Amino acid sequence: MEVYLDNSATTRCYPEVGDLVYKVMCQDYGNPSSMHRKGVEAERYVKESKERLARILKVNTKEIFFTSGGTESDNLALIGAARANKRAGNHLITTAIEHPAILNTMRYLEEEEGFRVTYLPVDANGRAKLEALKEALCEDTILVSIMYVNNEMGSVQPVDEAAQIVKKYNPNILVHSDAVQGFGKYHIYPKRQGIDMLTASGHKIHGPKGTGFIYINEKVKIKPIVFGGEQQKNIRSGTENVPGIAGLGLAAQMIYKDLDMKVALMRELKAYFLEGISGIENIAVHGLTDENSAPHIISVGIAGIRSEVLLHALEDKGIYVSSGSACASNHPAVSGVLKGIGAPKEYLDATLRFSMSEFTTKEEIDYTLETLYNCVPMLRKYTRH
Amino acid sequence: MRFHSFLIKYGEIGIKGKNRYLFEDALVRQMRFALKGVDGDFYVHKAQGRVYVECEGEYDYEETVESLKRVFGIVGICPVVRVEDRGFEQLSRDVTAYMDEMYPDKNQTFKVEARRSRKQYPMTSMELNCELGGVILDAFPEMKVDVHNPDIRLNVEVREEIYLYSEIIPGPGGMPVGTNGNAMLLLSGGIDSPVAGYMISKRGVGLHATYFHAPPYTSERAKEKVIDLARLVSRYAGPVQLHVVNFTDIQLYIYEKCPHEELTIIMRRYMMKIAEHFAKENGCLGLITGESIGQVASQTMQSLAATNAVCTLPVYRPLIGFDKREIVEIAEKIDTYETSIQPFEDCCTIFVAKHPVTKPNLERIEKSELNLTEKIDELVKTAIETTEILTVK
Repeated sequence: MEVYLDNSATTRCYPEVGDLVYKVMCQDYGNPSSMHRKGVEAERYVKESKERLARILKVNTKEIFFTSGGTESDNLALIGAARANKRAGNHLITTAIEHPAILNTMRYLEEEEGFRVTYLPVDANGRAKLEALKEALCEDTILVSIMYVNNEMGSVQPVDEAAQIVKKYNPNILVHSDAVQGFGKYHIYPKRQGIDMLTASGHKIHGPKGTGFIYINEKVKIKPIVFGGEQQKNIRSGTENVPGIAGLGLAAQMIYKDLDMKVALMRELKAYFLEGISGIENIAVHGLTDENSAPHIISVGIAGIRSEVLLHALEDKGIYVSSGSACASNHPAVSGVLKGIGAPKEYLDATLRFSMSEFTTKEEIDYTLETLYNCVPMLRKYTRH
Repeated sequence: MRFHSFLIKYGEIGIKGKNRYLFEDALVRQMRFALKGVDGDFYVHKAQGRVYVECEGEYDYEETVESLKRVFGIVGICPVVRVEDRGFEQLSRDVTAYMDEMYPDKNQTFKVEARRSRKQYPMTSMELNCELGGVILDAFPEMKVDVHNPDIRLNVEVREEIYLYSEIIPGPGGMPVGTNGNAMLLLSGGIDSPVAGYMISKRGVGLHATYFHAPPYTSERAKEKVIDLARLVSRYAGPVQLHVVNFTDIQLYIYEKCPHEELTIIMRRYMMKIAEHFAKENGCLGLITGESIGQVASQTMQSLAATNAVCTLPVYRPLIGFDKREIVEIAEKIDTYETSIQPFEDCCTIFVAKHPVTKPNLERIEKSELNLTEKIDELVKTAIETTEILTVK
């Protein structure tokens, strides 16, 4: 049995999306910038995708910009907005548990471009502390970036409250949210929630890899970070990835269809999984398990087994999971997020992330639990001294 | 400059008496193998005690030289310009053009060294030396002749066509692979073992390799890394038969039954036994390891003796007197270093005790191994039977 529980790393493409991408690549392969019919045809795909996304977020189509994915969207939001607004101040705020695409970009702005960055601490449940945000805001603050859902433990961040606090303090401060793990799981309406910029990625929502977009409110002052043929209103030069963009739009439309029902189902499975796993001794489920945690992410510490070993043992049974976060786990450093929430030492390098999708079934969860019940005692017998 | 051929200089193999042709044939074979993937049509052949690569039409010069630099047995690679024999006048013009293009800086000393394999040529070698020397002096007055220690030695070989060359690109030396049998390399994925394989292969030895993996304690990526390393070594050694042994059960059994501080030594003894089994099965004449005295607990003199004791084949340890720094230098030269340092856990490190024995006593180790009697033969047999064999090239 193959059980893919690593949907926070990436997802399987919807077959319909794959078909569409193929069709655009091989038949409607024009360049949207071309004057002829082939170009117009291609442009139609870009426009349609934009419309689909704008409808989902309830924003204007001209506020959607396509990028190569979450990382580029984050880079554009932070670097582009920081540079464009540096006359208003040089202070940026983010949280300590952001994705590396945010953290390393912030570090770059700090070290190379002279900005000052405050990293907000998180509470034991992995949610940014709003008190710390209130304290950090100052007259030099120009941008606050808070992720929607943490990728390692699934904690939902208090983005709405944070945006309220920020806008009350100074409505000119920009609010950005990296919603790579939230888009496709939550109804997100940036304009109502006070979010000026929002990052999302295609391959986390059963779309193609190498695709993503950023919502940028039309009032936001931003400078491009890539230069070239001035496509997409010169915010993001480069010939549009038309097949990818078409696939992204379709994937978004499909994942948002019956979303509430799909999410409810995932929550049910998550509760079922948590109940099942609670029978194993010496484990810890990180973060909250209620509405303030993502429906699809479960982060479990299993004392006494290095995560890599358990991961490979599960792999051997056809179950695919992540240790910590897949994006950061190429270097076997201990997870900063788990340290941030003050997780006990025995779980720091012994935590697995199970992440579901709308395709996850109860049989798959049963099989995973059964495998864990078999593997864990066996592996615990052999530990390093 | 466009070169039409390469003259290959081989040192040691020139002196092997009546076996010489065996060495030359092996060299030609290895060169053909090395040039297989290179863009261009090449004809490798022996002629009058020399080996040539003739390049027909367009070819990639850099890639050709790089590939030849990895063929053991080659001491020097001389890029040759071939000119048609259309009389001395034309030869003078060709030589002048050659010198002019090869040496933009004319303020150098030179010597002409002519040879004739076509003895009907109207001039003797000495005459050619003198006359062509004169031609060069007339054309480039800044150049001077030095017959004892010249900056440039211009070789003029009269064959069907006339071959001009003056540069020697150093080769790797050693002896052509295939002239000294085969050996079994214990390949771990670290820095040392690929270098050890390279060193032994350099003496003309073909390689087989054994890798021990321990899923789920080691990952699929660790195995990929070892395959990558085997591939890098095979660029020198030719195709490598890689044996991938699943070692988990043996390791866990030792862990269960033996004192933990002896785990590494006992484990290595079983690795040697299994590697030796495959060595004998494949007609290998020895084992190769990357050990160096005292580098880690399992490589002290006592530990080496303890692991050595299980083998009947000779164990070659070409790095035995090398420091890490020296090993790294070679690893960088043969381009395995970057791959070796990727951080995947290998099966030697996963259960390492905090304080492993550094001076194991053979009798005590053998006594500890008695605890394994019940199941170990069966486990070794299973490990051998389930071994995956890959040909890496």
